[in-house]
Amino acid sequence: MKILVAVKRVIDYNVQIRVKEDGSGVVTDNVKMSTNPPDDNAIEEAVKIKEAGKAKEIVAITIGEEKAQETVRKALAVGADRGIHVKVDNVIEPLAVSKILKKIVEKENPDLVFMGKQAIDDDCNQTGQMLAALLNWPQATFASKIEVKDNALEVTREIDEGLETIEVNVPAIVTCDLRLNEPRYASLPNIMKAKKKPIEQINASDLGVDINPRIEQIKVEEPPKRKAGIKVASVEELVQKLKNEAKVI
Amino acid sequence: MSVLLIAEHNNKEVRPFTYNAITAASQISEDLHVLVLGHQADDVAKSLSEVPNVKKVIHVDNEIYENYIAENYTAAIIKHAESYSHIVSSANTFGKNLMPRIAALLDTSQVSDIIKVISEDTFLRPIYAGNAFATVKSNDKKKCVTIRPTSFDPADKSGGSAEITKSDPAEASSSTKFLKKEEVKSDRPELGTARIVISGGRGMQNGENFKLISDIADKLNAAIGASRAAVDAGYITNDHQVGQTGKVVVPDLYIAVGISGAIQHLAGMKESKVIVAINKDGEAPIFSVADYGLEADLFEALPQFLSELNKLNTIQK
Repeated sequence: MKILVAVKRVIDYNVQIRVKEDGSGVVTDNVKMSTNPPDDNAIEEAVKIKEAGKAKEIVAITIGEEKAQETVRKALAVGADRGIHVKVDNVIEPLAVSKILKKIVEKENPDLVFMGKQAIDDDCNQTGQMLAALLNWPQATFASKIEVKDNALEVTREIDEGLETIEVNVPAIVTCDLRLNEPRYASLPNIMKAKKKPIEQINASDLGVDINPRIEQIKVEEPPKRKAGIKVASVEELVQKLKNEAKVI
Repeated sequence: MSVLLIAEHNNKEVRPFTYNAITAASQISEDLHVLVLGHQADDVAKSLSEVPNVKKVIHVDNEIYENYIAENYTAAIIKHAESYSHIVSSANTFGKNLMPRIAALLDTSQVSDIIKVISEDTFLRPIYAGNAFATVKSNDKKKCVTIRPTSFDPADKSGGSAEITKSDPAEASSSTKFLKKEEVKSDRPELGTARIVISGGRGMQNGENFKLISDIADKLNAAIGASRAAVDAGYITNDHQVGQTGKVVVPDLYIAVGISGAIQHLAGMKESKVIVAINKDGEAPIFSVADYGLEADLFEALPQFLSELNKLNTIQK
């Protein structure tokens, strides 16, 4: 089996987000960037499947500006075999991302495509499902457990009511939850080796897909701030405040 | 202009967030139709026909819609999409799984998780775990929108009498099979709609200690939540997780116990009306959003909290 894993470069999950004063977006200059956290789970799962002898090759792909390559390099350092970087200059929408991924899937013919269930920057939670639709492949979203069977996957999904288990035939798209596995750290020798692994560069404009924005971002603003609260000295005081001041119990 | 809302239900009852989504959908257009895909879900169709905001219910009954197989749902929705300007659903795991599949086939760029309808094409939505709000305008002809249910009040459930039309199923997918659902049954209020939520974090130390939380939840008729750390550690099941990748809750009262307050957790609860934090680390970020902070060891504070509640003559339920 061959697994394609899509990774996205986002502002690191620990960074306190600052909104630009002109309302055009959030500050990204000189801000720490990392791989979108559940994309790390997607890579890890692919590597585990390969280690179990059930996959032959893992290809990591990212779509973004020049520096987005760092996320592919990181994927190579934890076990992906080669990388693809599709260059775009601007932020593009999930629909455009899924159209690019479709072109790459048609070229690479993977059996599975893995990615995180949601990117922590735009919080859209769309790309995997859209790619599945465009390819007419089955989708298994929010996966917290994957079992590889003959030409199928049994996937446990985290849903609001609890857990759901479905079986999808291969080829399939899986979007990964943070609880799927514990992503490993890259060892120094593997980081060195990853530098020699190939990353193919492709210009999005050469793929012949429409990636123009359909959604206009009119403004980005800070959410309303909560007014400062108080510290209470005792449980007794807390209960009195909730009863008599906030009137919620 | 007319809106098609995809109902979420369990074939017997309408799932509560559908009513919140109806409120948002009717703010987009008053010509609101609801699509019920289900198996022997006549009661669901009937309930929705009684919602005053709903102008028409389209009911498709077939065993292939017994469970939410996105592939099967999508095929049926696409058949009806032609007549509508907007397709909407709630932005919970139901709608998140389903809507992008529809949007891609309609060649529409979806607007996810809106918290306000500004106009028929312009919406407010949180990004970066709610640390920024974006106003976005969709320029697609047909719009696919998911609605953050807790940002809209539930619609009135009775008084209406919309027409129910039966429609034929679409083709079923052979590549996806439903195997099982492990649903956690509970007599408590649902986490997403509860008036009071009490949540535990890593500070609870183990699953047994959640008893301290559930005792108070029983007393207050509260739902039980948890931080991702507590779920990851196996103290409690995933359906309790509150946060950026879990559930978003907006109760009247949110009590965070032993939760430090990572950005990702705050994303799921900071719109709550009153927030209480109980934590022994006075520097924990949770205190920055708390209306009432108590710096204390939770193992002492929770039993005291319960005994103080027991002293009260009346408790709002």
